[in-house]
Amino acid sequence: MNLFSFARKPRRARTADTAKDRLQILLAHERSGTGTGEASYLPKLQKDIVAAIRKYVAIGDDDVEVRMERGDQMSSLEINIDLPQAEAGGKAEAAKSGSKAAAKA
Amino acid sequence: MTIELKEKPPLGRVVVITSGKGGVGKTTSAAAVSAGLAKQGHKTVVIDFDVGLRNLDMTMGCERRVVFDFINVIQGDARLKQALIRDKRLDTLSILPTSQTRDKDALTKEGVEKVLDELKQEFDYIVCDSPAGIEHGAQMAMYFADEAVVVTNPEVSSVRDSDRVLGLLSSQTKRAETEGAEPVKAQVLITRHDRTRVESGEMMTVEDVLEILAVPLLGVIPESQAILRASNIGTPVVLDGPSAAAKAYEDAVSRLTGTDVEMRIESERRPNLLHRLFGRAS
Repeated sequence: MNLFSFARKPRRARTADTAKDRLQILLAHERSGTGTGEASYLPKLQKDIVAAIRKYVAIGDDDVEVRMERGDQMSSLEINIDLPQAEAGGKAEAAKSGSKAAAKA
Repeated sequence: MTIELKEKPPLGRVVVITSGKGGVGKTTSAAAVSAGLAKQGHKTVVIDFDVGLRNLDMTMGCERRVVFDFINVIQGDARLKQALIRDKRLDTLSILPTSQTRDKDALTKEGVEKVLDELKQEFDYIVCDSPAGIEHGAQMAMYFADEAVVVTNPEVSSVRDSDRVLGLLSSQTKRAETEGAEPVKAQVLITRHDRTRVESGEMMTVEDVLEILAVPLLGVIPESQAILRASNIGTPVVLDGPSAAAKAYEDAVSRLTGTDVEMRIESERRPNLLHRLFGRAS
């Protein structure tokens, strides 16, 4: 630090508050989970969904995509299912149905 | 009085110094805490659990006196007495170095327990310096602990990892697995605390960290040049002349032994105006 850095010194945001907020949100999730921070039921949920849809439509193991986004107030669970062309009621284009489930965190 | 103290059976308390994240000051703290305990007259041994990456020996300044190590003792190649290195500055302090050549799998639960049980017959405090991470070596260092010192920097990744470690201490230790046993007494030691940066809102405050981790505070160690100087010369910081860091470690040690010491947040002397104007030349 020298004479000129006083003039140059930018006004900084109180980043410590941001750090604390981020940690509190993250750790609330990590502690409620299995301790790893991952929702351990997601792979199993994906398998069950594939099995359920397969009763009606022939889909592959990779045709169901499960995603989770964790937020402060809300966490969202997004499930995308790729239906094969032949089964989509003879429609020319591939049908993609998205369903979104939201749960209060 | 002194004779009376000496004839008391040793306390045999196992204290793990752990953190999850690397580079936050575990070994520095293990050296300072064990030297501080020994300085107060408690018979203390400090064990390096970082198999393969031996460093406690350098921090303690006994790297040239290592003949046998912790792993040799576990594997029956040497007796415990042969592997313990008696500190040259304090006759109440001993060091049990680890192996540089073996891998961490050489640490077996049975082997570690046997060594700890033997040390409990002689020492008041057995300080276990954990490796970073949460794998086998770290698990072995914490498994038999009565108390834990979780070293944390006021920084997001360190706090997050400390939280993980606190979770492991309450689930993956002998005390956690033993029905009816008191849980491991965990306390947080905040290191590299920079008062100037806290005041300007750049660094989380002690209160912030404690609010997140929700465990008692053992002490706050200020960022200090004394730490590097002490490690350069292989001396625990509490044995290397007066500094704010040494004072903070000594207070933390007193609290560890159950003495009530007022919590002070120290910092090394701030540079004066002239230094700030013309730069720190030295």
